[in-house]
Amino acid sequence: MNCRSEVLEVTVEARQVEEAMLALLHTILLHRSTGKFHYKKEGTYSIGTVGTLDFDCDFIDFTFVRVSSEELDRVIRKAVSEFKDALGNSGSDGMGQISLEFYQKKKSRWPFSDECIPWEVWSIKVNVVNLANEQERQICREKVGEKLGEKVINVVEVINRHEYLPKMPTQSEVDNVFDTSLKDVQPYLYKITFQITDSLGTSVSTTMRRLIKDTLAL
Amino acid sequence: MDSGLSPQDKKDLDKFIKFFALKTVQVIVQARLGEKICTRSSSSPTGSDWFNLAIKDIPEVTHEAKKALAGQLPGIGRSMCVEISLKTSEGDSMELETWCLEMNEKCDKDIKVSYTVYNRLSVLLKSLLAITRVTPAYKLSRKQGHDYVILYRIYFGEVQLSGLGEGFQTVRVGVVGTPVGTVTLSCAYRTNLAFMSNRQFERSAPIMGIIVDHFVDPPCSSQRPANMGQPCNYRAPDEEDGGPFAGVQDSQEVCTTSFSTSPPSQVRGHTPSLLFTVFLYPLTSSLPFSNLFFYFTFSFLSLSVFLPVSVCCNSALFFPAQMLHAGKEGGVVLVPAQPPHGADAHLTAEHAPNTPGSSGDDDGLSQSGEGRRDEGRRSVSPSDPVESLNAFTRKIGAFVNKPSTQVKSTHRPSYVLFSVCVQVQPPDSPPCPSPLQASLHSQGSEGSGPQDDFVMVDFRPAFSKDDLLPMDLGTFYREFQNPPQLASLSLHISSQSMADDLDSLPEKLAVYEKNIDEFDAFVDMLQ
Repeated sequence: MNCRSEVLEVTVEARQVEEAMLALLHTILLHRSTGKFHYKKEGTYSIGTVGTLDFDCDFIDFTFVRVSSEELDRVIRKAVSEFKDALGNSGSDGMGQISLEFYQKKKSRWPFSDECIPWEVWSIKVNVVNLANEQERQICREKVGEKLGEKVINVVEVINRHEYLPKMPTQSEVDNVFDTSLKDVQPYLYKITFQITDSLGTSVSTTMRRLIKDTLAL
Repeated sequence: MDSGLSPQDKKDLDKFIKFFALKTVQVIVQARLGEKICTRSSSSPTGSDWFNLAIKDIPEVTHEAKKALAGQLPGIGRSMCVEISLKTSEGDSMELETWCLEMNEKCDKDIKVSYTVYNRLSVLLKSLLAITRVTPAYKLSRKQGHDYVILYRIYFGEVQLSGLGEGFQTVRVGVVGTPVGTVTLSCAYRTNLAFMSNRQFERSAPIMGIIVDHFVDPPCSSQRPANMGQPCNYRAPDEEDGGPFAGVQDSQEVCTTSFSTSPPSQVRGHTPSLLFTVFLYPLTSSLPFSNLFFYFTFSFLSLSVFLPVSVCCNSALFFPAQMLHAGKEGGVVLVPAQPPHGADAHLTAEHAPNTPGSSGDDDGLSQSGEGRRDEGRRSVSPSDPVESLNAFTRKIGAFVNKPSTQVKSTHRPSYVLFSVCVQVQPPDSPPCPSPLQASLHSQGSEGSGPQDDFVMVDFRPAFSKDDLLPMDLGTFYREFQNPPQLASLSLHISSQSMADDLDSLPEKLAVYEKNIDEFDAFVDMLQ
């Protein structure tokens, strides 16, 4: 199965990183979350209700819609906060990438662990700029807001192609497809990772990966 | 033909499309209400939440939508459209966007109605929720209020995009294939918002019924939305307030911050102490403008009770639009249009933060953009009291675009900035250059006079030792604490009239001419 991969790129000020990432990640998760499944005896299931919430950004002239779930919001905020801190500590370049990967678990026999097979990966590349004065910052607020709007339209366009989605699972397999740990909503299984680009334009992890691959290829 | 569709599937599909159309209208209209929307997730299915999404149903909107559909369903050649327009308090209106729910002939016979179509329609509704916050009309709708309101109109049939002006943009929200056709949801939005700037304003009453085919009630006058073309907000218009700052109903507060410069300069033997007292005064609707001067005068007089003062007073009256730049961090940063005389400090005043979840912050944030928005509005030459109120409100640049119910909870007062420069002249006192030196003045020194308000018990200057020099630092201070006043700056000289000066000139000139040789020798010596 091929994994669908989409890349979004944004250029923001340092203080806008968090909200820009939240806007995009929450927009994606809004579309990739359902209500909680309630399985019935006949093999059918009913689905709970997903609420939505408008969020006004403080540092960007933008409002986005997210799933009305504080638990999910906490998880996403924690990941974004770690990314932001890593970006801030990386040095003056301020380039990085945060990835939201949706995957399915495939049960393996003992002693092998379950395999995680990604079916959709969203990569958001971030370029952090420093601005000199308040006027530039004000312009940046609006410009970044417009850019995020364009990215939301891009996300919606991709999602509404209605390409591969995992099949709705039976009760025994629901944990292989969905994250059932939350109380109120049920997103597809996902993980968030990030990497920071160093000044050479390459990340440490990709360099190491390339080295290992090259070594194995010999 | 849908011959491959079972009757149950056909029935289900019709029901899905009908409720999808109704929910689409709800999402669009609610996104233009001017408020933030928040609905709760529920883990237990309630059975009444179509497409597993918590979307509230506003009864009037549902009624309008059903009326427009008139029992039909969106189909091929029969589109359901929701038109969003803006109407100003002067009666001008402008179409902002048109949302179209259409169906084309491309069928997907193999798709499962009860599962796949339903879930995809759910995803499409989520996309609609996201896209409705992205189009330009969203920001306009969040700021609607006294100046303009946002209206909606639902119609069925052929899509009409001519009212959107030239260069309108289209964004496709999404498509869902069904066995009877492909459902498409899209939005066409206006990009040219400056239509009003070129029109001449006429001093005549607005033509009644100018848009009767759209709107039954004029905007800002209805409590509840009428049958068609209703405002997207449901508040009562706030036109009872007589003051220029209608709609702001906060208690008055006076906030003062005093600074004193240190040290004051020595000019003409006087020692002025400059006090820059800045009054940050929030303007509220119930306080007439004249009372501001009362407060100003009162505060000034209270100063003069304690000090004999000669006052040079500069008051700068700043209009809020020029001076406030609301900071999202919770403070209000003053950015004066004209810097107050001598004061270069930026003041931050804590004010009650806006209610969380309000869009009041957007008002402040976009105040710098108000200038741009104002370009799109015409200047008002009022023809009735309501319009004059609006005109004054607009000219002041007061905080507009909030419904009064919201304004009550999300106040944003204007501020008037006064700066008073006060020059203090202590009468009959020898020069005292700085408060610091005054405090060091000892009781026994010469020329102390009225300066001995401070009695120095023991003076031990820092970094000095008694046995090093015959004259230690403390002695030096005491001896040279009050140097004699320069003769040229003494009072009796300055009080001479100019006539006396002129009279004494010839004598002085005669003396200089007599001693001219000495002066020449002095100049030669220097060269």
